[in-house]
Amino acid sequence: MVSEVQKNTSAILRVERLSMKFGGLIAINDLNFEAKRGAITALIGPNGAGKTTVFNCITGFYKPTEGMLTLTRQNGEEYLLERMADHVITKRAKVARTFQNIRLFSGLTVLENLLVAQHNPLMLSSGFTVLGLLGFPTYKKAAAEAIEKARYWLEKINLVSRADDPAGDLPYGAQRRLEIARAMCTGPELLCLDEPAAGLNARESAELNKLLLDIRADTGTSILLIEHDMSVVMEISDHVVVLEYGTKISDGTPETVKNDPKVIAAYLGVEDEEVVELIEKAEEAGVDDITAAVDLLSSEALHEIVETHPDAQPVELIPANTLLETAPAKAAATRKVSAKTAAPKPASPKAAAPKPESPKTAPKPESPKTTAPKPASPAKAAGIKAGATANALAEPRGGKADKLILIKGIGPVNERKLNEHGIFHFDQIAAWKKADIIAAEAYLAFDGRIAREDWIGQAKTLAKESQAKPAPKKTGGAK
Amino acid sequence: MSQNQALLSIENVETYYGNIRALSGVTVHANPGEIVTLIGANGAGKSTLMMTIFGMPRARTGRIVFDGTDITQLPTHEIARLRIAQSPEGRRIFPRMTVQENLQMGASLDNLKFFDEDSRMVFDLFPRLKERINQRGGTLSGGEQQMLAIGRALMARPRLLLLDEPSLGLAPLIIKHIFEAIKELNKNTGLTVFLVEQNAFGALKLADRGYVMVNGIVTMSGSSADLLANPEVRAAYLEGGRH
Amino acid sequence: MADVQNTERDSVFAKALKEGIISGAIALGLFCLIVGFRTEQNIRNELILTQRWGLLAIFVLVAAVGRFLVTYTAPMRAERKKLHKVAEAREPSAFRKSFPKIGLGLLFLYPALVVLILSAYQGSMMGGLQASLKYVDNFGIQILIYVMLAWGLNIVVGLAGLLDLGYVAFYAVGAYSYALLSAHFGLSFWLLLPMAGIFAATWGIILGFPVLRLRGDYLAIVTLAFGEIIRLVLINWTAVTKGTFGISGIAKATLFGIPFTPGPTGFAAMFGLPNSGVYYKIFLYYLILCLALLTAWVTIRLRRMPVGRAWEALREDEIACRSLGINTTTTKLTAFATGAMFGGFAGSFFAARQGFVSPESFVFLESAIILAMVVLGGMGSLVGIAIAAAVMIGGTELLRELEFLKLIFGPDFTPELYRMLLFGLAMIVVMVWKPRGFAGSREPSAFLHERKMISGEFTKEGHG
Repeated sequence: MVSEVQKNTSAILRVERLSMKFGGLIAINDLNFEAKRGAITALIGPNGAGKTTVFNCITGFYKPTEGMLTLTRQNGEEYLLERMADHVITKRAKVARTFQNIRLFSGLTVLENLLVAQHNPLMLSSGFTVLGLLGFPTYKKAAAEAIEKARYWLEKINLVSRADDPAGDLPYGAQRRLEIARAMCTGPELLCLDEPAAGLNARESAELNKLLLDIRADTGTSILLIEHDMSVVMEISDHVVVLEYGTKISDGTPETVKNDPKVIAAYLGVEDEEVVELIEKAEEAGVDDITAAVDLLSSEALHEIVETHPDAQPVELIPANTLLETAPAKAAATRKVSAKTAAPKPASPKAAAPKPESPKTAPKPESPKTTAPKPASPAKAAGIKAGATANALAEPRGGKADKLILIKGIGPVNERKLNEHGIFHFDQIAAWKKADIIAAEAYLAFDGRIAREDWIGQAKTLAKESQAKPAPKKTGGAK
Repeated sequence: MSQNQALLSIENVETYYGNIRALSGVTVHANPGEIVTLIGANGAGKSTLMMTIFGMPRARTGRIVFDGTDITQLPTHEIARLRIAQSPEGRRIFPRMTVQENLQMGASLDNLKFFDEDSRMVFDLFPRLKERINQRGGTLSGGEQQMLAIGRALMARPRLLLLDEPSLGLAPLIIKHIFEAIKELNKNTGLTVFLVEQNAFGALKLADRGYVMVNGIVTMSGSSADLLANPEVRAAYLEGGRH
Repeated sequence: MADVQNTERDSVFAKALKEGIISGAIALGLFCLIVGFRTEQNIRNELILTQRWGLLAIFVLVAAVGRFLVTYTAPMRAERKKLHKVAEAREPSAFRKSFPKIGLGLLFLYPALVVLILSAYQGSMMGGLQASLKYVDNFGIQILIYVMLAWGLNIVVGLAGLLDLGYVAFYAVGAYSYALLSAHFGLSFWLLLPMAGIFAATWGIILGFPVLRLRGDYLAIVTLAFGEIIRLVLINWTAVTKGTFGISGIAKATLFGIPFTPGPTGFAAMFGLPNSGVYYKIFLYYLILCLALLTAWVTIRLRRMPVGRAWEALREDEIACRSLGINTTTTKLTAFATGAMFGGFAGSFFAARQGFVSPESFVFLESAIILAMVVLGGMGSLVGIAIAAAVMIGGTELLRELEFLKLIFGPDFTPELYRMLLFGLAMIVVMVWKPRGFAGSREPSAFLHERKMISGEFTKEGHG
């Protein structure tokens, strides 16, 4: 996918002379910008600048007063979005969106939400209900596949355990993730996210960054997002467009936009020296023993949760642990971004440079005293955990692990567990014997799933592919 | 008893949604003229605590005392009449009323006596609202609705202001303005503020004291400076990229 | 500690006393003129004012004592509820789980059971058959027609969340299509049954188009108007429908060509049974039972199809549906059409059963009753709706049977007169006791690990 992205740098979406008037009110005035294929484009600006209106025009909820919105799909088909009805845009032009104030189907289960998103392919396979009603096997097969696809996304967003709970019962952060997964279930080529990090705390928005980068890497989906959280915008976007009063005031890489005096005046404001000072002071005071703190907090939290929320999900429970785990992963993800986009923007230290020790972008798990598991940080992995399989490695060959989540059935959680146990490459899984499978199932807490989902077979093909070309294409999520 | 002089004291409150316990044994107080903040992960029960103060849902056990009056079982509208104002989660503005009418609804306790004076203050804080004064609330953008919700709460001339994620969906510059304005109001008029925020840094910087909530339980409390320096708090809520 | 409890009790008692007295005073004010005085005409057409202070006192006392007890026991009930809630198991009981199966079995055995019991009671098989007629017809068939109608409306209101106040129009379309086509062209019931469904579905789509953009109150008003338009057309288009006289002598349904007539080719003669009208009734009972079960089966299947899921998603959030590429226009129209189709089936059955149709049968009240069943039963729940239909129709039929009440209230008392009053009271009680209807939870259409019921507090009613 990466190579394709680099080859195909054409715009997926071209917005030309877009204007939108409500009565006398001009919400958007003569707006022009492009979103590149495979890139993350951010749309920022003060409140009421017309960002959501742009989204509503792109997704067909508003008909623009003037202008042209051209979407070019991977296969070269061009769509003029301003002429299409909203549901046709999703169906044919493959544009999906989320909403500022989350719009989940709160009375349907998490799983059902993801199934509704696959309405159109399922409708076809059920022969517009007629064949499905009569019990034809084509529909049964399609329904099972739809559930598998939903499971894949649930694993991505860490909500498998809550699949059968009503969506309205999820905590806010999980609802945000679910809405993104639901949009991805429509199989989009352009994903429009309206303030995905609103209401998330620092840790959750770091997780969101990782999710978005994963989506882009795995499915090649281009992302257009509106966001006020600068940590999200600056870290993951390749391109930023700034609106004020419906017109574009700046357009460029995050770094140029951030230093644009017009943007600072209209939107960002001046840097608050006091805050920086406070952070630094606090860091000096309390950075010594993060590990102890983490252990304390997580065990305490766990205890309370077992008492009060028997079905609460682990992501919410162990904030500190997850934080430690996501940080290096994020660093790795950032590295990938930089590899892809290094050429156009060498002067972007935060987004491009793989510097996990930068005090503001990542916590400090690499403190030498740390005893907590730090799986994805291979250079520091002191030893492999007990119960590992025979062909475990101390660290990935060449310092870079394969993306094990490409194997159907392995989600991010299992990938982490496997890494902890010294499994980094497809060929390692491909070489597993019976005893190894039993050992692996013991620590993954699976029964027979490895055989059922044919991890070894999958790993073999993937290992072959990865030898053929360095970055294997992900097929599972893009269908 | 230090809590005798507290403006708001919440003692050992438990709240349920159906059979699910959302708050367990929460004890929190706010002294007059103080800014107190409550931080915690999503779903920890912060907004539930805010709504419990207003009796929606009611606390099943425990007591909520405002300025010496037990308000645990008081009807919600009577709680509001004691001049506790809230900018609630999800904004809850009146979508079919204009910006001006929304603000008038906020000021209805005083029969619009101070409307001009107070609305000027709100418009100074949010010039954007003045531009939109005759527009219906429902047609405002998300961030503008947030401004309106805060403005409406301020119109009530509150003694205690409850803010549930005031920064949600707002541009960085506006967040800065709001936080400055809260500080100023607090300094000039002695307004007591109870603040729930995801932006833990901003909230702790603004507040005098803070509480940390994990799954419906207050696990930590202390002065903002202490919490900012506390490694657990830092690890759980402050790190991760926001600055 | 004991003191504290005592004072608490005292304060509760005082509060309860106060509220009781206030309620009594309000009742006195309300009923003073309505109940306390009564005017009657005597033989010379003079108005006589009678005073009924005793009856008024009963009304006031009931209000005061009732309010006092409610307030006084409130803390105790809250306490018990708390304990109960903690102890309550989330898993429904075995009886509740297997209730649909038991109910289904009983429905199939119902006519046989009635005949058996009555035969034993009367001492002869024939007598039992004759006596069972009333129970099979008035209770069985009547209730099942409404169950089917309510299940049909449930697709529109309960699943898709579109408030339809004119559902009876489709019932009328089905009934008149059978009546007219069988009278003019002599077509058989089995041919006309699907045709009636298709006609009704067509009218469902015709109604659907203009109301696509409407929501909530507006949708309700337009559908109500549609129901009335159909009824007024039936009354005034006398050339075709014979107006208020109605169409009589409609052909009966046959058992695949075997008519239920006394003649030599009739059902009784064919099977060597004594002549009786009861076979036809029992046949009709099983026919409507099958039609109702068809409705249920289709509904259950459709909920697991993409279209059914889209209906429910539409009820939850229409804008989100559109953002996921769902064509909400066709989705709404299919909901209207499917619901209307079952209304049409029920209508043609109704015509075949009555042998007579007139606009009288399709008044707004019928729509309201069917909608009430859907709401009382719990939106979307088939079992809940069936229970609501049985309670409401069975209850009103039962009121005709309560002759013994005359012994209590005197010979002037006619229980039927109080039908609507009791009906209204029952609905209020159910809605207070179970605001989400009998079955307030929703069964998910797909699951990954286990099927958990979804509490009604998460589902939405739709916005029209």
